[in-house]
Amino acid sequence: MSRKNLLGWAFVFPAVILITAFLIYPTIRTIQLSFDTGLGFTTSEYVGLDNYTNLFTRDRLFFDIDQFPPRGAVFNTIVWLGLFTAGTVGIGLVVAVLANSVRYEVLIKTIIFIPMAISFTAAGIIWRFVYSPDEKTGILNAILVGLIPSTDPIPWLGRTDIVNVALIIAGIWIWTGFCMVILSAALKGLPPEVIEAAHVDGANSWQVFWSITIPMLLPTLAVITTTMVINVLKAFDIVYIMTAGGPRGASRIIGFTMYWETFQNGKPGYGSAVAVIMLLLMLPFVIINIRRYRTGEQGT
Amino acid sequence: MTAITTSKPITRTNKRGLRFSSRWLIHLTLFVLAVIWLTPSLGLLITSFRPREAIASSGWWTAFSPARFTFENYALVLNAQGMGDSFLNSFKITLPSTFLPLFFASIAAYALAWMRFPGRNVLQLLILALLVIPIQTTLVPVLQFFNQFRLTGTYIGIWIAHTAYGMPFSIYLLTNFFSSLPRELLESAKIDGASEWVIFARIVIPLSVLALASLAIFQFMWVWNDLLIALIFMSDPATQPVTVRIQALLGTYATEWHIMSAAAFISMSVPLLVFFALQRYFVTGLTAGAVKA
Repeated sequence: MSRKNLLGWAFVFPAVILITAFLIYPTIRTIQLSFDTGLGFTTSEYVGLDNYTNLFTRDRLFFDIDQFPPRGAVFNTIVWLGLFTAGTVGIGLVVAVLANSVRYEVLIKTIIFIPMAISFTAAGIIWRFVYSPDEKTGILNAILVGLIPSTDPIPWLGRTDIVNVALIIAGIWIWTGFCMVILSAALKGLPPEVIEAAHVDGANSWQVFWSITIPMLLPTLAVITTTMVINVLKAFDIVYIMTAGGPRGASRIIGFTMYWETFQNGKPGYGSAVAVIMLLLMLPFVIINIRRYRTGEQGT
Repeated sequence: MTAITTSKPITRTNKRGLRFSSRWLIHLTLFVLAVIWLTPSLGLLITSFRPREAIASSGWWTAFSPARFTFENYALVLNAQGMGDSFLNSFKITLPSTFLPLFFASIAAYALAWMRFPGRNVLQLLILALLVIPIQTTLVPVLQFFNQFRLTGTYIGIWIAHTAYGMPFSIYLLTNFFSSLPRELLESAKIDGASEWVIFARIVIPLSVLALASLAIFQFMWVWNDLLIALIFMSDPATQPVTVRIQALLGTYATEWHIMSAAAFISMSVPLLVFFALQRYFVTGLTAGAVKA
């Protein structure tokens, strides 16, 4: 190896050591632990595929297809993927487009964006307060009881049929600002001539939006949709703080299950199997990232 | 990359082209969204200044009639409930965890952007792949390794962990930025006999202050707001940061809103201050991963 080669490696060396020790080696080791009981956070007893088969056949809080609709962390994650992604991208788009045409654009965008600055822990506390089952504390129940005095307050986070939607709404409140900022920047980057021309040709604002703005924003919409999907697959904090997976495990999602089984239930091997499932779900995005990079490199 | 503070609407036609009724609808929609987005935080903020008995007997929306406010909740939480110590711990964890990754990532990114060495392409692809790896996939082996070397619960341990977990994104962002610097500038320095280290320290770094500032602020906010890593490596009450302290308080005082509200706002004070002071950099850092530079 020439001296120049050595120098390049000297520059990347600390980063390579850190990445190997904290990301690559542990990932390989987690795959190994997923075929083990993992007691004591290390390989202790090989159990083959038991963790995986138990997850999909015995763990009703993870995967339960005996009921309709199916339940468990896997299906909760699917509900999150649908509602959370639609909510963040949809509302983000609405705000980006509407704010573009008013004088108080900066103000409204700042208001929507603020939740991105605070921790999911703090956001979780904020929303626990909104959802309080006591109508003298939680504004949602205050409004409900105020409008329909004959009803009882609803424990939003205590009911298995409502809890997931309640958590997803808190998630949308946090992440919409992110989608809005990126869409807003993309919107301002569109060539004004095209939109002017459409208006000159007699198209109304609605037609311009659907047949010109949206198609031109498609690449950006794809990028933020991907980002939101990855967020859901990794999500942990919001569920841990707001419900700890409850009531009776009804609000568990995959990223939460990994933590809970490993560190609260003391089953690191079982938790590792969940982590490996998370890893497999991420693989398509690894490929997308590399593809995006490759085409980008050819472009420049 | 446009931050939210810069606004140059290009679709002026929209503004003139719309009828009165649709203008009214736009204002109404934005107003409703603003109310929905502000009310949850505002409610908790007001609550954090209300006396305990007032919180128990009436809603925060009645707080102004009669207006009775106090700083007692904050005093209680900072002293008796350990939020003051946690607040300092958060700084002790966050500051080194912001600057260490910045240094290691910038030297690596310089090499990836401007030096030729075997394995460079593989490394670049590896960084891209690692961008989406969930931290959960690495926690158990890292904890085992930390226990073995007695790093669990130490500041050095969590600094190293945050530095390592911050590597893929920091290297990705900085490599993109460094590659966009003018080639002629770096090559003429090389012809003049400047070493790689001198080019890096005297030319590349000074030209990248904005990118480095955005990354530093992003990393600061990420570490300050982190719960998962701190929960596993810094669970000892003596060293835990604000996020971990809050989840501990939640175990005992879940419905004691005079405590929970003040604790939440103490933890939020620093990120909110950073956000309002340095909004532009924060937004740039946060969105750089999704939008290609």
